[in-house]
Amino acid sequence: MSSETHPQHPYLPAEEQRTRNRPRRPVVICGAGPVGLTTAVGLARQGHPIVVLEKDSTYSIGSRAICWAERTLDIWSRLGCVEPILERSVTWSIGRVFRRGEEVYHFNLKPAANHKHPPFRNLQQYEVEAFLFQASQHLGNVDVRWTHQVTQVRQGPESVILEVQTPEGSYELEAAYVVAADGAQSAVRQSLGLDFEGAVFESPFLIADIRMKAAFPPERLFWFDPSFHPGRSALLHKQANNLWRIDLQLEPGADPELERSPERVAPRIRAMVGEGIPFDVVWSSVYTFKCRRLASFRHGRVIFAGDAAHQLSPFGARGGNCGTQDADNLVWKLDLLLKGLAPEGIIDSYSEERIFGADFDIMTAMRSNHFIAPQTRTRQLFRDAVLSLSQKWPFARPLVNSGRMSNPVPLRSSSLNTPDTDEFSATMGPGSPCPNIGVDVLEGEPSRWLLDELGKGFCGLYFAQDGEQLPAMQALGELAAAHIPIAMRVVTPAAIARGPELSPGVSLLVDPHGLVARQFDARPGTFYLLRPDGYVAARWREFSLQRVRQALERATARHPRTERASAEAGHGNAAS
Amino acid sequence: MGMLRVELGLERPDDVYDALMRTFDGLTEEQTQLVMAKLILLLANHIGDAQVLSEAMAIAKDDINQGGLAQRDPKIPPRQENAS
Repeated sequence: MSSETHPQHPYLPAEEQRTRNRPRRPVVICGAGPVGLTTAVGLARQGHPIVVLEKDSTYSIGSRAICWAERTLDIWSRLGCVEPILERSVTWSIGRVFRRGEEVYHFNLKPAANHKHPPFRNLQQYEVEAFLFQASQHLGNVDVRWTHQVTQVRQGPESVILEVQTPEGSYELEAAYVVAADGAQSAVRQSLGLDFEGAVFESPFLIADIRMKAAFPPERLFWFDPSFHPGRSALLHKQANNLWRIDLQLEPGADPELERSPERVAPRIRAMVGEGIPFDVVWSSVYTFKCRRLASFRHGRVIFAGDAAHQLSPFGARGGNCGTQDADNLVWKLDLLLKGLAPEGIIDSYSEERIFGADFDIMTAMRSNHFIAPQTRTRQLFRDAVLSLSQKWPFARPLVNSGRMSNPVPLRSSSLNTPDTDEFSATMGPGSPCPNIGVDVLEGEPSRWLLDELGKGFCGLYFAQDGEQLPAMQALGELAAAHIPIAMRVVTPAAIARGPELSPGVSLLVDPHGLVARQFDARPGTFYLLRPDGYVAARWREFSLQRVRQALERATARHPRTERASAEAGHGNAAS
Repeated sequence: MGMLRVELGLERPDDVYDALMRTFDGLTEEQTQLVMAKLILLLANHIGDAQVLSEAMAIAKDDINQGGLAQRDPKIPPRQENAS
């Protein structure tokens, strides 16, 4: 139930309903949640006209995802839509864990020095959706169809036919590719008869958003066995606009219908927040932990992303952030495929890489689930032993697991990577995501951030010495002008006085204090090939036109080894 | 005192804890207790130092002597934490 009111988007009949035309759409996205809209904005910015089908007339009911990780903020930053989200969201860095009223452990996710975004910002999902929708509408080529519900999916060799239900009856829509971002109850997934594989826990939890003006700190507060909720766990976390997330573990076998009723919810929350603080319950729901995913995220021309592809339990903020990473991984691959610059195997690499990412999230979430809601007597015993020791003995505190917060997992073994052949420190190895670090600017100039400087496609970082004549300049220019262009950035310690002649597509990135060079363990001559999503594809101590071309082929799934690797990757299983 | 290490010594605590839990998955109550006892004896032998072991034993029994798991702390959770 929810008492929040969202803006209603009018139902409008589509071109397919108004005329007899049934144009073949390049991409139809099912679901206008954070994942569907991030995908829509990303593809639309590459010039593709996008249709988004949304079964509801408004944004998500209830806040759902609330913690957005640095990587997600970086993704939205590159898509030009992070500013209103930063402005509206709540900052926090400290998470505290209590046992019976005493703090046993805390973590502090301090903003990293010289990073554009902090580790986390909190904002309720429906507000994020509203901002992403607005960003999509500014682009002019995203057609979001509200109250258009996919009911059936038929795959053909050349396209997918979607049957779409509207208040005025149904119509058929043809798409070259379909992105199913329609949530855990995905109608697309159900229509194709696909099931999740993985684990479902029995212990029920009550999740609620309450509106209150309270002096609780903007921290993540987690309790084991508190006096206000004996024997179970509880969580309190701040959102924007005086909204607070509450998550309470319920007794085994609790009746979900009964427990989400206001008469049952209110006293539990009253016990938690204390007397004298007025609050309204604006949304509540009862759920159990689920950690599961599809065996493959690609089925023919249908590609699954977000909760439609994988379901994660909430402690650790892995659902929304895993889904946004899906979108980011998919956008550039689908873009190249639609432009005829990469084979369909590039979509298999999406499935391979994001299954790797989802499995990491599933494994991490499962460990938290086991700690928060132990399912065997032995696990309960060890959990209680850890909590008991943690009050006095430091070694036990890091073992206290109330959820490990989402972080992007490096894709170290991706088939798109070119393995290292030169000596480097491990930090930015192939498959590592680039952090959005500050690029030095002159005093008075506005801040500039690395990821925002890299352009929309592949990027090459060529680290050069001051005043160097750049013998590689002609080759850099050739790569910058190729049919899959690599935007070249020559990273130099100082603006080169007389400057080398820069070929088109090559520009200077001045790095006077060597911040970028240090991050990348670079020396003069070092070259990094970065994918459009800012992941490292390859790196060498010395630039070679031939090697960069080969690495680009591999990173776009045009390398013969890629096909074998992705065929093998299809058989992986969820960690359990 | 000070022989027993009470600061974190595990390199990857979550991995180790998970592996430990998996050791007991699927065991009966009796089997679990037997495996636990053997595990403690193995680790005790590896440690060797009787002084260290005796400190560990004392800490492990610490809150049992104070009433242990049956006693509940009546204090309400702190509400006004400083952000520092």
